[in-house]
Amino acid sequence: MRPFRFTNAKDAASAVRSLTGNPNARFLAGGTNLLDLMKEDVERPDELIDITRLPLTQIRTITSGPNQGGLSIGGLGRNADAANHPLVRQNYPLLTQAILAGASGQIRNMATNGGNLLQRTRCPYFYEVSMPCNKREPDESSARAGCGALEGINRMHAIFGWSEKCVAVYPSDMAIALAALDATVNVRKADGQERSIAFADFHRLPGDTPEKDTNLNHGELITAIELPRNRFADHSYYLKVRDRSSYAFALVSVAAALEMKENRIVQARIAMGGVAHKPWRALKAEQLLVGKEASDATFRQAAEAEMAGARPLSHNKFKVELSNRSIVRALQMAVNGGKA
Amino acid sequence: MKYIGEPITRVDGHEKVTGQAKYAAEFNVPDLAYGVVVSSTITKGRIIRLDTSRALAVNGVIAVFTHENRPKTAWFDVSYKDQDAPPGSPFRPLYDNEIKYNGQPVALVVAETFELARYAAMLVDVAYEATPCDTDLLKHLDAVRDPNPGVMNIFKPLPPKPRGDADQAFAEAPVQQSAQYIHGMQHHNPMEMFASTVEYGKNGFLTIYDKTQGVTNSLLYVTQAFNIPFNQVRVVSPYVGGAFGSGLRPQYQLFLAVMAARDLKRSVRVSLTRQQMWSFGHRPATVQNVRLGARPDGTLTSITHEAMAATSQFEDYMETVVNWTGKLYPSENATLRYKIKSLDLYTPLDMRAPGGVTGLHAIESAVDELAYKLGMDPLDFRLKNYTERDWTEKDKPFSSKELRECFRQGAERFGWATRNPEPRSMQRGHNLIGWGMATGIWDAAQVPARAEATLTVNGKLRVRSATADIGTGTYTIMTQIAADTLGMPIDDVVFRLGDTTMPPAPIQGGSWTASTVGSAVKSACDALAKTLFRMAKRLPKSPFVGVGFDDVQFIDGAIQLRQNPSKRVSLLEVVSRNRGRAVTETATSIPNLIKHNSHSRNAHAAAFVEVQVDEEFGTVHVTRAVTAVAAGRILNPRTARSQIIGGMVWGISHALQEESVMDHRYGRFMNHDLAEYHIPVCADIHDLDVVFVEENDTIVNPLGVKGVGEIGLVAMPAAIANAIFHATGKRIYDLPIQLDKVM
Repeated sequence: MRPFRFTNAKDAASAVRSLTGNPNARFLAGGTNLLDLMKEDVERPDELIDITRLPLTQIRTITSGPNQGGLSIGGLGRNADAANHPLVRQNYPLLTQAILAGASGQIRNMATNGGNLLQRTRCPYFYEVSMPCNKREPDESSARAGCGALEGINRMHAIFGWSEKCVAVYPSDMAIALAALDATVNVRKADGQERSIAFADFHRLPGDTPEKDTNLNHGELITAIELPRNRFADHSYYLKVRDRSSYAFALVSVAAALEMKENRIVQARIAMGGVAHKPWRALKAEQLLVGKEASDATFRQAAEAEMAGARPLSHNKFKVELSNRSIVRALQMAVNGGKA
Repeated sequence: MKYIGEPITRVDGHEKVTGQAKYAAEFNVPDLAYGVVVSSTITKGRIIRLDTSRALAVNGVIAVFTHENRPKTAWFDVSYKDQDAPPGSPFRPLYDNEIKYNGQPVALVVAETFELARYAAMLVDVAYEATPCDTDLLKHLDAVRDPNPGVMNIFKPLPPKPRGDADQAFAEAPVQQSAQYIHGMQHHNPMEMFASTVEYGKNGFLTIYDKTQGVTNSLLYVTQAFNIPFNQVRVVSPYVGGAFGSGLRPQYQLFLAVMAARDLKRSVRVSLTRQQMWSFGHRPATVQNVRLGARPDGTLTSITHEAMAATSQFEDYMETVVNWTGKLYPSENATLRYKIKSLDLYTPLDMRAPGGVTGLHAIESAVDELAYKLGMDPLDFRLKNYTERDWTEKDKPFSSKELRECFRQGAERFGWATRNPEPRSMQRGHNLIGWGMATGIWDAAQVPARAEATLTVNGKLRVRSATADIGTGTYTIMTQIAADTLGMPIDDVVFRLGDTTMPPAPIQGGSWTASTVGSAVKSACDALAKTLFRMAKRLPKSPFVGVGFDDVQFIDGAIQLRQNPSKRVSLLEVVSRNRGRAVTETATSIPNLIKHNSHSRNAHAAAFVEVQVDEEFGTVHVTRAVTAVAAGRILNPRTARSQIIGGMVWGISHALQEESVMDHRYGRFMNHDLAEYHIPVCADIHDLDVVFVEENDTIVNPLGVKGVGEIGLVAMPAAIANAIFHATGKRIYDLPIQLDKVM
């Protein structure tokens, strides 16, 4: 780990100011990912600004604005607190399930909600500085430029939206639920103004700039995540398929949320994890479900419509059929109110 | 006997849970410097330039050792051979500019603090000239060869000569079974990473706190490699945070820490990172072919079991993979083969049940598949082909073999009799359920060891031997043996280990510590008993005048006449008449070769497993497992049970999760941390049960123990694979059985 300066932010304004003033500075919140990356020499900040004492931990009902009646979750609240908050459990059980499917109890106690969104990929070529990786080494003249995973060990990697430059997947579980729930991310900009980013616009596909995971600008601070009011609470399910029962990243995960009128689907939301560089909204599948009677055949049809666009790599062809089955199972579970 | 056979709680438990137990990197000595290793990022080639100037410029950096400036060490290979070294030329850290494997240490940065050393290690610039590397065994199966024989073949025998004509018998067999089984590499990954703290004392005396499974082994290695007299080094290792075989050989941090301490004349600690735990020994990749032929009545008529495994370019590591097949099954025609291939890897290293867990997965899966072809219950097939003699060892009888009873008791505990053999016949919700079983076998070895027993002036018993406790319970069982032998309350007995100032013991491996060190402890305590009795006879008004040793017993801290318990002398009284001096005896236990050579000596087990398979996703859960174990006398059912349960958990890991994944284009392991290298989490482990079938074995050793370190693991992978077949109708031959292979 390289030497760095460590400062405590007194308030949001000064935190944002400090970060803006130093392109090599990073905010430090839970540190559950950043410190690992620093030890591996992947991240090399020369200044860490500790923001954990900023009063951005509240979970409260939104009383005005477009998300009125929805829920605001503080950017610096801990994952464990968000998962277990009564309003989250009651109105957004999908989010509770997704958070609890991730990491371990210890990590969820440390990790913050804003930090969770900014997790970097666990692609081993990204983590291993002796390996080629365009995300880590965007400079094409670098000796480590290239994508090690494209033709390498890519069982865990993307089947949607990848580019020749990067086939990594985004690791968060929480964010998959947030994508399905149409969350917005509130950030404080360098100039002190706030802006809201729709969740679908928050993370990016790799394209030619895999080094950019999100559309957050340097100097911006996530203050809160807002969830609009919805009618999904009775019919949602987060399904995570992985190589062991806990403490493993998803091979495929599906956040499914349905608004049902008797057996008819009024609205559907499906987001997938472990398949792309960002939470993957299965919009084609969603469209096919709206207005239909819930049935296994309909679910399978919707899943296949979505997965027709998949482009698997050498080691992850199984993910296509696994995704099909996961979408169907998650929808079945959602219809049954989360019960098998 | 009061304590042997009782579930005594761990005598070192309190020290461990309160943090008083110190591990190699926790011994803080004054003026300590910290070394951090720089690892090679190529697999094969040479270093063409190594620039340490940026690292040395960091304030607080003391030195950077490389092949260019390292102090001189011993000249010949033989000086680098540790007690577990296979034939070949042992790896020498920082020897020259040649790179032999990825992750090879290329520099050691020593600084005033660990953090500074870690930072400066990033600033060492190494330029390499890389040449293409070969690391993939699967690409070289046509180029395998016989391993060079070595001393270790005493414990890890090469395959026996073929008997009969397996090829012809196979061709003629009415029922045939043939398959290939592939295992990837695995790394031990004990919780405690490798570390050595070298305290540089007066006149250069070195006290070395090392993570090792044998302090004597580390001592020999250090004194020979650095040409230091024995009496100038002491190696201490009272606690080991797991090892599983990784500590059977001194690892390179020991060499580097000693080198730096001697050169700087200062105490130095070198600890490896979790990632660097992938930069030395591992369980090798292995490919096995098994062909079986049988008569319709189930009699095996032909066995061919061949294994091909990877080793390094510099040493011929080998393990016993195929011999177990011969020990278990008495076919008249059998060919067992073991071949290796040198690749650009570090030398493999014994990892819990080396070879056994590999070979038994193949043969016990093949036997299950054959039983299905024969329409026989897999358990009946094993009983049909049961043997009381070991043809791989001149048809000797077994010293004891209660495997039949393991089958019976294990099956009963599990409920095997109610099994419907039809695959896919059991369901729970949308999950398929399957039951499988397999046989386990492991060595019951004993080697010479030495121990010392002292009755202190306070009447307490102190016993010492330079063995190790890698978490297995050695402290506890040795205390039990000592307490029983001298008839003392266990609280008055202390056993110490892990220090080269103690009588020597061999490296702790191969499940032989209970038998080996246990026998030495018993011998030393027996010798002490005889001495104490002689002293008691000489006491004024001794009740033992004219009494022989066999006429007395040691009980409740006293010597008493068997026929008349009122005639007794307390041990405290005996020692108190010794002019203020303690009484000490030392003894060496040596295996009884006459008994040993006339018998085959093995522990046996039978594992029964229930799996639950979500077929749509391919996810497998071992929901229930029973292992019945026949391992001689069980000294402590609590610690022994823990050993078996731990082995079963590892079996689940081996079957379903564990593999070091290498990118063969680069020769580098890609999942080198515990987030990506999967072993089971608590949620993966469900109902595990152990049945001990006691054996009264007077041949293996005076205590009648066989060791339980490995026998809990070996049967599990095949039992799980067989259960997956029963659940799904699908045979999966390659481990680990991850979900994409099942769905």
